[in-house]
Amino acid sequence: MNPAWSIVLFTTLAGCGQGLAVAVAGVRLAGQSLSPLHQAVCLLLALLLVGGGLLASFFHLGHPMRAWRAASQWRTSWMSREVIVLPLFMLWLAAWVLHTALRDPTQPALAADRVWALGTLAGAALLWWCTAMIYACLRFIQEWAHPLTLLNYTLTGLSAGGVLAVALFSGFGAFDSAGPAPGAAWVMPWALGALLATLAAAVARLASLRRNARLKPRSTLQSATGIHQAPLRQWTMGFTGGSFNTREFFHRAGAQALRRIRWPALGLGYAAPALLLVFGLSVAPQALGVLAGLAVLLQTPGLWAERWLFFAQARHPQNLYYQAVA
Amino acid sequence: MSATSTDTTLARQLALVIDLNVCVGCHACVTSCKEWNTSGAAGPLADLNPYGASPSGTFFNRVQTFEAGSFPNTETVHFPKSCLHCEDPPCVPVCPTGASYKRAEDGIVLVDYDKCIGCKYCAWACPYGARELDEDRQVMTKCTLCVDRIYDEKLAPADRKPACVKACPTGARLFGDVKDPDSEVSRVIRERGGYELMPEWETRPANRYLPRQPTGPRA
Repeated sequence: MNPAWSIVLFTTLAGCGQGLAVAVAGVRLAGQSLSPLHQAVCLLLALLLVGGGLLASFFHLGHPMRAWRAASQWRTSWMSREVIVLPLFMLWLAAWVLHTALRDPTQPALAADRVWALGTLAGAALLWWCTAMIYACLRFIQEWAHPLTLLNYTLTGLSAGGVLAVALFSGFGAFDSAGPAPGAAWVMPWALGALLATLAAAVARLASLRRNARLKPRSTLQSATGIHQAPLRQWTMGFTGGSFNTREFFHRAGAQALRRIRWPALGLGYAAPALLLVFGLSVAPQALGVLAGLAVLLQTPGLWAERWLFFAQARHPQNLYYQAVA
Repeated sequence: MSATSTDTTLARQLALVIDLNVCVGCHACVTSCKEWNTSGAAGPLADLNPYGASPSGTFFNRVQTFEAGSFPNTETVHFPKSCLHCEDPPCVPVCPTGASYKRAEDGIVLVDYDKCIGCKYCAWACPYGARELDEDRQVMTKCTLCVDRIYDEKLAPADRKPACVKACPTGARLFGDVKDPDSEVSRVIRERGGYELMPEWETRPANRYLPRQPTGPRA
């Protein structure tokens, strides 16, 4: 496939926002102390990330003004389901931000906070499910049609959001005396959680890369044409100047570029943030915020590359009809 | 993991049967399709850079050419390619707006251009690459089996066929109801072994292809 930057941005930004919201919900459920201001800042940032992703996704549409129609086919279409879940999730986050901001900070946390947190967990999980199933349900795109796609979207989002949450939680203490002191003990389990999510995401991604490398395409030029003499060569694809079929389904970066981008994508996307978190957790807990901030900066382009690879690696069966391009 | 299926068996299913034994690769079906549909209900079909070095545009039908076998025992096979109007079309259930649909009365898979948001998901969901986004109108387009022609009672009955079928100089394209066992298309599918493309994905394409076969000298 030819990766569309709008979809790469959408899935990475929204995934990170979901992960950040999950981290805040986790802090609430663990009964830990995040001041109302800091909680509102985190949730607002999560909302902006998901909203920014939504904005990017509009650039993928030929007719963005008709996008409201996309909510109608929820019975059969995962994209339709995503189009319903995403704004509901944003509304939920926005309502939680308002509730956090308007709540009397002198009062102890209410049971309602647990409801907000549990709803956020459910919303984020549902959105990951819908987004990943958009790709995983296409049975003939064999690179995507596997539960690893679901795992990749969920774990990568948890990792990106978790790393960002650690940077924020630690950062608050540096700028705000009400925040946790640098190296505060309660941030440590969340740094460990972000580390585990990052490692799990890396394992899932390595497993999908390994699976992709071993995939045997079920369709062949013979099954695509029904001509069974061998060898079978294509003389012409029927036109000279290209078409939607040659533009949409071929990344045209070359097989070598696909191999070359793999390690920078995994290195920046997963290895670098994991190493920085390990360093912060074991050697320099005082500098955890700075290290996690650096991890966010390195991980973001890494995950863009990883998502680009996710799309570029998918070999669409229609490409068999365009041997000269393939 | 698979998309939700719209698996239904219809009483009537219009389709094309392509005779690979007869097709000479003249592209008359391609140009007549473009001519009819760019002027009809499905048009206009984009033409980008039409007089430049690299023209590109929307077509519902393409003819490709393959060479099979090793020299000197090679065969040139011209291979027309358009939407196969699958009985279980994977492009329909994925459409988020309902713009893509399969007609219950005759099995034709169509796009409602006023509902299409141009998200291209249906094109991703078609293993055959039968759908093309029109770059000017930014909506998904595809073969309509000339739905604005085959029911037109102002045309003589012999002309109520898709433009490609009417244009084919060798009669390589047959059109009819593949659910009617007595139709010409059902008969040739039975007698000549009309086959499906990519049967491995179980889309049940309605269009069939007739394999090449030795014909010998005419009496």
